[in-house]
Amino acid sequence: MSWLNFFRSQKPEAPSASAAKDRLQIILAHERVSRDGDDFLPKLQKELLEVVARYVKIDADKVKVDLERGQGMSTLAIGVELPGNGTAKRSAA
Amino acid sequence: MAQVITVTSGKGGVGKTTSSAAFATGLAQRGKRTVVIDFDVGLRNLDLIMGVERRVVFDIINVITGEAKLNQALIKDKRVDGLYILPASQTRDKDALTHEGVGKIIEELAKEFDYILCDSPAGIERGALHALYHADQAIVVTNPEVSSVRDSDRILGVIQSRSKRAEEKREPVKQHLLLTRYDPVRVERGEMLKLDDVLEILAIPLLGVIPESESVLKASNSGNPVILDNESTAGQAYADAVARFLGEDKPHRFLDTEKKKGLFGRLFGGRAA
Repeated sequence: MSWLNFFRSQKPEAPSASAAKDRLQIILAHERVSRDGDDFLPKLQKELLEVVARYVKIDADKVKVDLERGQGMSTLAIGVELPGNGTAKRSAA
Repeated sequence: MAQVITVTSGKGGVGKTTSSAAFATGLAQRGKRTVVIDFDVGLRNLDLIMGVERRVVFDIINVITGEAKLNQALIKDKRVDGLYILPASQTRDKDALTHEGVGKIIEELAKEFDYILCDSPAGIERGALHALYHADQAIVVTNPEVSSVRDSDRILGVIQSRSKRAEEKREPVKQHLLLTRYDPVRVERGEMLKLDDVLEILAIPLLGVIPESESVLKASNSGNPVILDNESTAGQAYADAVARFLGEDKPHRFLDTEKKKGLFGRLFGGRAA
């Protein structure tokens, strides 16, 4: 069948196998590094929040942790919603 | 009332994760708020099939142990509104899962979602039991192949005896058959079990038949659930299955070899799209 393919119209489609390889290389590089180490993110988050909580009252539910793993560089973004004046939800305690 | 749907099979490699990703995406496309949970602790792959592997921060075990809040662990899909993914842990062992822990998560998710899909690991061990325990409905993914049909029968028995519904003697888990990797050409040649054979043996209602298709590998290569490829037969068959699940009357397609094609079409366009 392969020689027949010559006559078929070839769609100019990006080959997906190279996308698969790129994705695997990035994610495996990250996984191999962290395989033996502890999962540091929960601890990092906890400690960061403790520091922030020393200065402002924060709601643990209003914390967003975003991570984007990339080739050579990853971005970790921690968003903490700080209560504003007036609109702040005051804890009943 | 949220419905918990477990996608399971017993046997590995038959298309559970592909089907979970496609089905969850399809439900969300139809406006249902949907979350899909990976229960394959230690060997997660749903994140790759959904294309969110680089954005995993926390996982289901982090939520169970209280290291992270549920909404921090949920990954929002960027393609379809109302679709979220809860990844499995890659580093922990499956002993960290407990029925109570999973139950709490499902209870919390049930407040926000219409459908909670549980992508089961292969086997009938702990991980698979956790995935099916809370099920209201089960989608049993089966290939037209002897070992897969046998394992599906086995998992059907497990669902009937080990689910929470069975333990509480409530109405049993509603079971659906999803026959995947179906190749009408080989069926016609008598080399593959026919749909009717599989239905006769397993005797559960048919949700859909997904034809063998090159687009499934392409979809997993690129991290886009195959249902988003609406030109592919597999994508269309998944969309039909989702519609049927939601109560629409959709005739089954792609069950027969294409008769419309002439000699030329068969020679030059005979490969599965």
